[in-house]
Amino acid sequence: MPVIQIVFFSLLAIVAISTAIAMLLSRNAIYSALFLVLNFATVAVLYLTLGAPFIAVTQVTVYAGAIMVLFLFVISLLGAEKLPGYEPLKGHRVMALLLALVFVVELVLFVVYRNQMVGPMPVVTPEFASPKNIGVTLFTQYLLPFEVVAIILLSATIGAIVLTKPDKKRVTPFAQEKE
Amino acid sequence: MIDTGMVIEWIIKSLVLILGLTGGFAYLTWLERRLLARFQSRIGPNRAGPFGLGVPIADAVKAFLKEELIPHYADKVIFVLAPVITVVPALTVLAVIPWGEPLQMFGRQVSLYISDVNVGIVYIMAITSISVYGITLAGWSSNNKYALLGGLRATAQMISYELALGLSMVGPALVAGSLSLVDIVHAQQNTLWYAILQPAAFILFFISSTAEINRAPFDMPEAEQELTAGYHTEYSGMKFALFFMAEYIKMIAVSVIGSTLFLGGFDGPFVGQFPWLGPLYLIIKTVIWLMVLIWLRATWPRIRYDRLMSLGWKILFPFALLNVMVTAFVVALVG
Repeated sequence: MPVIQIVFFSLLAIVAISTAIAMLLSRNAIYSALFLVLNFATVAVLYLTLGAPFIAVTQVTVYAGAIMVLFLFVISLLGAEKLPGYEPLKGHRVMALLLALVFVVELVLFVVYRNQMVGPMPVVTPEFASPKNIGVTLFTQYLLPFEVVAIILLSATIGAIVLTKPDKKRVTPFAQEKE
Repeated sequence: MIDTGMVIEWIIKSLVLILGLTGGFAYLTWLERRLLARFQSRIGPNRAGPFGLGVPIADAVKAFLKEELIPHYADKVIFVLAPVITVVPALTVLAVIPWGEPLQMFGRQVSLYISDVNVGIVYIMAITSISVYGITLAGWSSNNKYALLGGLRATAQMISYELALGLSMVGPALVAGSLSLVDIVHAQQNTLWYAILQPAAFILFFISSTAEINRAPFDMPEAEQELTAGYHTEYSGMKFALFFMAEYIKMIAVSVIGSTLFLGGFDGPFVGQFPWLGPLYLIIKTVIWLMVLIWLRATWPRIRYDRLMSLGWKILFPFALLNVMVTAFVVALVG
């Protein structure tokens, strides 16, 4: 790998990690959300440098464009930008540290015990990550996971609609009699 | 491969695009004032220079010299950043638009686009989805109830109409069989303009893009009777000018994208023999689109906020979905 690439990747990695840490440490929810947006954008640039423009722009559209805008909207609508100094959920910091530790151990084990047959890097053509190729792979090789995700998303949508529906006052003959 | 000549070419093309958009913004404000005056049987600004052409320059000087106020209780960092975050997406969204066939200039082949990525339409959607941030943050950081309400309205409106906007751009992509705007223009040269082949998508794009850029009759985020000035209530001087600029550049951007997707882009008579006509045709189509937007502003009252939301979610969004499904069926059956 040429030096310039290593420098570029490490710069991106530093930005990604520091924005993630800043997101965790910030005491203002709006700033946290903005650091997360920066993090997503940096990951998108990583995808772009790896030759996957479709995934990069999708990442920006879905995460930075749709999900985080909703987060910002809700935070500023509720005026919930000042985070409380205490833990609303008892012991969630300990749990988070434990889970992070598990993740790191998993990662190390994966690197140590993975298939050690390291061949030459496959040459990736620009066509490899084209929207057409991604679509074909999605609808043939990964059809089952794709359909499962579709059902999960659909049920989540229906759940959101049901949960936000205002409660209708039930007027039953029985209740009227009691009054 | 990348050589020095290509880098210089990219820089020059980017500069031309950015300067063209800023210059276009200045004279679009002039055009809007003059046209609105005509619509209302007035004369309009005609004193500074011939036909009042000096008015934008005077406006720019005024904006530079005005005092900049930052409210005491505002979040200063975000307050200063918000206008910049609003302008940048507006300036970058047109990078994937082709302005004409490649030209021979200075002994080299110069393509009249900054980048022909194979995900052009998704790129446009990504940039439009980011452009909400500046407005939301401006509203929040001002620490002012009108600004906050305006920012929230703008966010809700832009999220709602983004769906219909994105789906209306799927129609041309399906018919052309490509997400690249260069391919879409070429496909329209071979068949008809997509305003004729995809009339539903064209109308949906027109309505939802007008709402996306907060133009009348969808200019709820700045409804002055209710919200003073909306999200930019607390902004003055150059920062306000940046919001103003972003708004007008978004108008131009939407017109260019719409002309490219639905009105044949740089296509026109004799463009094969004289490739220099390409940019000219695209500019003419853009100006016509802009005039329609101004015409709408002069003649339509503002739509009520709840109607605006129900129009976006209950009418435009289902129609856009239906259009995508029908188009996909037809394309699969025919081609």
